[in-house]
Amino acid sequence: MMTLVIAGKELRSLFLSPLAWVILAVVQLILAYLFLSQIDFFLQIQPRLAGLEEAPGITEIIMAPLFGNAAVVLLLVVPMLTMRLVSDERRNRTLSLMFSAPLSMTEIILGKFLGLMAFLLLMLVLIAAMPLALLAGGSPDLGVLVSSFLGLLLLVGSFAAIGLYMSTLTSQPAIAAVSTFGVLLLLWILDWAGSGRGGEASTVFGYLSILRHYEPLLKGVFNSTDIVYYLLLMVTFLVLSVRRLDAERLLGR
Amino acid sequence: MSGGTLVKVEQLSRDYGSLRAVDKISFEMARGEVLGFLGPNGAGKSTTMQMISGNLAPSAGRILIHGLDILDRPRAAKAHLGYLPEQPPLYRELTVDEYLAFCARLNRIPRNRCRDAVETAKARCGLEAVGRRLIGNLSKGFQQRVGIAQAIIHTPAVIILDEPTVGLDPIQIREIRALIHDLSREHSVILSTHILPEVQAICDRVIIINQGELVLNDTIAGLQRRMEGNNLRVAFRQPPGEAELARLPGVVEVESLEPGRFRIHCGGGGDSTDAIVSASVANGWQLCELMPERLSLEQVFIQITQTEANADPGGAAA
Repeated sequence: MMTLVIAGKELRSLFLSPLAWVILAVVQLILAYLFLSQIDFFLQIQPRLAGLEEAPGITEIIMAPLFGNAAVVLLLVVPMLTMRLVSDERRNRTLSLMFSAPLSMTEIILGKFLGLMAFLLLMLVLIAAMPLALLAGGSPDLGVLVSSFLGLLLLVGSFAAIGLYMSTLTSQPAIAAVSTFGVLLLLWILDWAGSGRGGEASTVFGYLSILRHYEPLLKGVFNSTDIVYYLLLMVTFLVLSVRRLDAERLLGR
Repeated sequence: MSGGTLVKVEQLSRDYGSLRAVDKISFEMARGEVLGFLGPNGAGKSTTMQMISGNLAPSAGRILIHGLDILDRPRAAKAHLGYLPEQPPLYRELTVDEYLAFCARLNRIPRNRCRDAVETAKARCGLEAVGRRLIGNLSKGFQQRVGIAQAIIHTPAVIILDEPTVGLDPIQIREIRALIHDLSREHSVILSTHILPEVQAICDRVIIINQGELVLNDTIAGLQRRMEGNNLRVAFRQPPGEAELARLPGVVEVESLEPGRFRIHCGGGGDSTDAIVSASVANGWQLCELMPERLSLEQVFIQITQTEANADPGGAAA
């Protein structure tokens, strides 16, 4: 209940700052450009595809790259949205408002997380509206669309949880943004290590890599391991954030 | 629970690393009391306030609000608390109405009573005219009032105000003091400050802390008594010699200030006013001025804090 109050405030604050609007606009613009160029590409190769057996359709050629690119764009964008969540409040000394209200730390963190997720969900709906528009002229695989959407939602959820934790560590939003970006990028490229040689290490790194669990969902492969991976990632960083705020109360500053 | 103790602080300590910011402070506070928390900068006032408000966990000791331990049952205890930190926790991008509505919801006021709570708090803090303005655009005095409105929105039993008049102009200070005085009719108020007249003006009881230790816990009346020195200032048109005055009953020492004007230190609890007056009449000294001298609160304060420092040779002077 209180979680929703904080989430509502967080969402409202986001929309009161120009940042949220600019991010929405820029993300939409870039992805729309990628989407249109992908459509253009499809129209070019369509005559050649017609002759092929089991030819890739608009789902594979237009939708999969769109969601793949959206993940990259959001990797850059989410740190900018998460950076202010706690660090800004700490810098403006507004955290004490929530600390002295009858609230638990879990409610504060969950509220902030859900508020941001509501915003990101809106962004994802706007992104998903583009492949949905293909319904007008073709028949994209809706099952793949749903699994891609779910994959992207879980992915940005993990981004947001990590960003939120980074934001609890500092009182400088810029530092939170940079370190979030660093962690996300590291998780992204983790599976490059030893990928050429195979073996034990590459399996572990491959499993830890945040991207490895996204790719199957883009193909419409729904594997519970991937879902659990993202859920675990989110829970871990949310718990860490709660612990961090608790420590602040215990240790001061 | 009617009457009785509302806030009880037992052996409260707080360490920052090796630095002991607050050292075994204990006090109690009754319902409807205004408690002044006084001390020089860095004495541990804010740390104590933060601990009582549940923003900072104590290193040792206990805090009971309304009989509820703030560590064991933080939510129940915090429901009885309103806290205004040194820097008011305001969201500059919200309007006053939006902000107060959020605070009301945070303090678990049901949605349908939110509007009433906001209106009441606004009325009490004189914010009716600025409800739709952005907090960031308000003057410092109004921001401070919004901070106070935030602390009283859920009509808590205890309001903690940390230096509420710092950085305000004299008129704003007077208004805020009037507001605090108003609040004290229905709430208990803990007020920290380093401005002495403020305490005299609005508090019932005073706690003075210095270097993290409690050095005085007294009522305002008790403090006034401390301020009454045993000194008299007298002036005569036909002044006698110092020796003559010193011979009067009850006079311990005579200090000559300027021709015809003396400071007389009286001792032994006896009042030598009478003796001086009758001696003046009898000897024709033509007494023209007789005034009991009072120590200012500043002097009492300095006296108390410095005796402490002297008694503890290890501690540095404040």
